[in-house]
Amino acid sequence: MITTPDILDAIRDHGEDSYPEEGCGFLLGTVRDGVNHVRAIRRVANRQATNRTRRYALTPDDYRAAQQAATEQGLDIVGFYHSHPDHPARPSETDLVEATFPGYTYAIVAVHDGSATDLTAWTLAPDRSRFEQEAICTETTITA
Amino acid sequence: MSTTTDTAPITIHIPTPLRAYTDEQATATVEAATVGAALRALVDHYPELDANLYTDDGTLRSFVNIYRGDEDIRHLDGPDTALEAGDELSIVPSIAGG
Repeated sequence: MITTPDILDAIRDHGEDSYPEEGCGFLLGTVRDGVNHVRAIRRVANRQATNRTRRYALTPDDYRAAQQAATEQGLDIVGFYHSHPDHPARPSETDLVEATFPGYTYAIVAVHDGSATDLTAWTLAPDRSRFEQEAICTETTITA
Repeated sequence: MSTTTDTAPITIHIPTPLRAYTDEQATATVEAATVGAALRALVDHYPELDANLYTDDGTLRSFVNIYRGDEDIRHLDGPDTALEAGDELSIVPSIAGG
């Protein structure tokens, strides 16, 4: 994914604000040459009914609202982010079981004792067997 | 009077990453009388969508939700939900993890 330092900070902030529960939301942006350019995030409440320290969920209505917001900004949904409270910034078994479509960026921020540490990005392999790590490239200004 | 053989032009909205399999098109138009037939027509035209939308036994993947307009087809007649000309279908994923 390609994004800005401010957006990475916004993901970290949401992870810290949600601690000790998982925080989650959408990555909005554009796709160019197969690379997700993240231009904005959309915070959403963790809809998981129980065990929010270890699980997160976003509903279809959340997705549709995010799609509408993205469209109004000339953007698309290009991925999702969530935090791992006191857990490494790597996809869990649950993340793989629940994974949606290859091509979305799944950003994960680790939050230890309330402070964000590692921030990583992943995409589902085309055969759905595993997550592959994506490089995170930052630009101070993204040109259109 | 309608019969089950009637078909209607339907617009299907494609989620961003699946456009890699639809020649980068954000929407597809198919002719179908039911939601199930519309999805089958879509997959017939873009076969690489199949494994992303369906499991090996041909059922929709659990995270895939289909909307007709603003309504989840689970609250209608599921894949048998009837379609009329101009209806719009959306493929909407549920997102979850640990």
